[in-house]
Amino acid sequence: MNLQADASRNGAPSGGPVSKSDLDSIVVRFAGDSGDGVQLLGSQFSQETALAGNSLATFPDFPAEIRAPTGTTYGVSAFQINFGSRIVKTAGDQPDVLVALNPAALMVNYKGLRKGGLVILDSGAFKEKDIKRAGFAVDPRHDGTLKEFRVMEIDISAQALEVAKPFGVSQKEALRTKNLWTLGLVSWMYDREMNSTMEYVARKFGAEDPVGMANAAALKAGHAYGETHELSGDVAPVSMPSVKVEPGQYRLVSGAESLAWGLAAGAQLADLEMVLASYPITPSSPILHILAKLKQFGITTFQAEDEIAACCAAIGASYGGKLGVTASSGPGLALKIEAIGLAISTELPLVIVDTQRGGPSTGLPTKTEQSDLFIAVWGRNGDAPIPVIASRSPGDCFEVAIEAVRLATKYMTPVILLSDGYIANAAEPWKIPSVKDHAPFLVKFHTETEGFHPFKRDPKTLARVWAKPGTPGLMHRIGGIEKDYNSGNISYDPANHQKMTDTRTAKIDNIADDIPEQTVEVGAPKGKLAVVGWGSTFGPINRAVHNMREKEGLDVSHIHIRHVWPLPRNLGALLKSYEKVLVAEMNNGQMLTLLKSQYLIDAKGLLKVSGQPLKIEEVSSAIRSQLGAA
Amino acid sequence: MNVTLKTENGLPDKLTAKDFASDQEVRWCPGCGDYAILKAMHKSLADMGARPENTVFISGIGCSSRFPYYMATYGFHTIHGRAPAIATGLKIARPELDVWVVTGDGDALSIGGNHLFHALRRNVDLNILLFNNEIYGLTKGQYSPTSRVGQKSPSTPMGSVDSPAEACTYALGCGARFVARGIDVQAKELDVLFKRARDHKGASFVEIIQNCIVYNDATFADFTEKAVAADMQLHVKHGEPMLYGKERNKGLRINTQTFKLEAVVIGENGVTEKDILVHDEKNRVLATLLVALRPPGFPEVLGVIYCDPAAQSYETAVRAQETQAKAKGPGDLDKLMRAGNTWNVA
Repeated sequence: MNLQADASRNGAPSGGPVSKSDLDSIVVRFAGDSGDGVQLLGSQFSQETALAGNSLATFPDFPAEIRAPTGTTYGVSAFQINFGSRIVKTAGDQPDVLVALNPAALMVNYKGLRKGGLVILDSGAFKEKDIKRAGFAVDPRHDGTLKEFRVMEIDISAQALEVAKPFGVSQKEALRTKNLWTLGLVSWMYDREMNSTMEYVARKFGAEDPVGMANAAALKAGHAYGETHELSGDVAPVSMPSVKVEPGQYRLVSGAESLAWGLAAGAQLADLEMVLASYPITPSSPILHILAKLKQFGITTFQAEDEIAACCAAIGASYGGKLGVTASSGPGLALKIEAIGLAISTELPLVIVDTQRGGPSTGLPTKTEQSDLFIAVWGRNGDAPIPVIASRSPGDCFEVAIEAVRLATKYMTPVILLSDGYIANAAEPWKIPSVKDHAPFLVKFHTETEGFHPFKRDPKTLARVWAKPGTPGLMHRIGGIEKDYNSGNISYDPANHQKMTDTRTAKIDNIADDIPEQTVEVGAPKGKLAVVGWGSTFGPINRAVHNMREKEGLDVSHIHIRHVWPLPRNLGALLKSYEKVLVAEMNNGQMLTLLKSQYLIDAKGLLKVSGQPLKIEEVSSAIRSQLGAA
Repeated sequence: MNVTLKTENGLPDKLTAKDFASDQEVRWCPGCGDYAILKAMHKSLADMGARPENTVFISGIGCSSRFPYYMATYGFHTIHGRAPAIATGLKIARPELDVWVVTGDGDALSIGGNHLFHALRRNVDLNILLFNNEIYGLTKGQYSPTSRVGQKSPSTPMGSVDSPAEACTYALGCGARFVARGIDVQAKELDVLFKRARDHKGASFVEIIQNCIVYNDATFADFTEKAVAADMQLHVKHGEPMLYGKERNKGLRINTQTFKLEAVVIGENGVTEKDILVHDEKNRVLATLLVALRPPGFPEVLGVIYCDPAAQSYETAVRAQETQAKAKGPGDLDKLMRAGNTWNVA
């Protein structure tokens, strides 16, 4: 039996208020209407926090609708940040502070707040009809709903309107400054410098724009409100020491940014120009947006008419001797499958990025999941092996993207890179890498006419030659029909098909010799229990395993798989050296099934498909249960 | 003595039709119209001075899509309906290549209708040849999107009830700026169309009426048969009156009251040569009327029906933006990643 992670859990494992001095990390959740600018508020606070030298992880959690009807629970947009003076690995299980800009935001989020946590409310948004619309029978401020929390009510709406008045902006624009007013207040609470936000406002609106001036004034006013109102001790300013990290230059980076830059870096290391062909889809589109601005890097972006055309155009570009890349999410990947088969059959390099989201079908477009593992590894007609790799965090996308380009070009194969909605949108402090620190893997196009045929292979990698149109003397035809092993011409010969199928399989299997052996992230390489994860569950699993070892003395290790296919050579033996294996993932058991089928091990799963990231406590409790320590 | 100059890659400077034929055995059915088109292409490319190494044929799936295998150029036999998308990717990546798309009525107008639309509207500099035989040949004879109502086939035993698509009308509707039509066996005329298509900067669309001898034989006989050809084919030329018929006494006239074309005979009902419309290949409205004409009431209109090039083709515009971006200097990724808010940890 697999353990089901309880996504709706409202337990409070640590319980009770925690005095500020005990905290080495704080989780703040901002929530409001989708028009309230909560994502901007969150990302600017993250920027200020990063510049203050804290470790942090963020979790933007927003609805699929651009502007759902005002005041509804399904229109609530939230942004969670966990920051601290120790290394933060997740966006946090439970918020310590909830900022609710309307009753619906309170309704959706108060149950997740830590007991004794702080709720900051915009009392100006708590009108009778708003309260009813959010689904509260009576005003939650007065009926004991919030009795386990500390509540601070401020009429943020009125404050924002007042501040904006002198700038002559409309009532609507004035009210929209409440996100920056709130940011000012929270910046005061955590002793943040607001320069980066002031610069952002100036950049966005221009120095003379009344709306910009109103926003800047609101930011300052929120900060001043904290200073002058002598807020109660619980919310007195906290200065969190900066985290001890490796020396170097840092920035905040989202998964989409680092992935896009990683692709650009990979192309440079391969000495190729890149063509990214994509079709808009959530949450993958930012990759297209970022690369569209990088034309000076020899990057061409093409917004195709559909997902199929996007994949096909990328294949066309690779055929022409460029690095073809296509980026999408689950439903888009489903559409690209036939074209990916063509790239496998014609053995052309191609990078396919899948930023996974909740499925099946349209599923949960803005929520995260890891349920495309099967379609990535096995989802094609015919025996069609393909390397699959997965990134573990926003910053990690950079390295994984480079690795994807390396494998695609070295082995003349499409490669699927799995990211997910959580990684793509979340931001983390990132020690900025340098392209120069990576070993180049220059592509050499075939030009030798002597003995040429298009499926002539490197005896070691089994990669075929890459001969591009325009090369004199190498004119040839390729296609999706089976090819003769010795000439590349069409062949329907039975023995040849067997040989070609075996060769394509061996080529991909051999990549296992070209990737690092599986290591253990935390704990011993053998023992009672290994918790296995892949992709964005790295953070919660890692923290939970650390905690269980250090705080509860349990014999548990953490294994994190980056190369999903082919798997590292030693993984089977490593997993068999533990008495128990628990696979924790955000799907209904896909990696679990993969590992069971490959190694015939009796692994169990900790499986969660709520659209929300795995929590540390969910992993911890599964570890206790596996080890009989509950 | 005959001296042939050889270049580095073993091909002479002056090429013949043979130099464009691959060593693969052609596997179309005997008597298939595709043979004639292939032969015409070999010769045309040689005449045009095309270079095999800079020429690429991209196809989808279907009988016509085997075409690239028989060309001694670069070739890519792709998947059903997607050739225009793959060709677009190639053309964006390598604008200097001469890219041809070979497709059929099912491939281009059914499964690939969307890609054809977008390649045409974007005006990618591709030469798209649609072999129209009004049938699915490779899958053994089902009716196609261009099959006429009543077409009996394995999937329509009582006759097709679908309203057919008209290829050139579709292309014009997609925004194509070069639309032409030819017949498989008319090599001389095809030669002109191939050259014009290749010269046209932007997407060129050529419908080639092609006889499927096995599943749809003689479906175009009402205008292709020798006996009726002269009276049922109108070969248009820019700037010339649209005359046809054995005696060249038939022509098209516009009825300005109904805004319809009329087939008339000079000397009958007071029609004189002055009444006959002069072909203007830059006139899109006229092109729309011409491509829709069908025997028996009208001749089949052939030749370059519409040609009105845009200022630039898609990939040229894409390149222009890239050149503009590069004018500020090449990208430096390490610098880019360090732009904006960063902090140092000692």
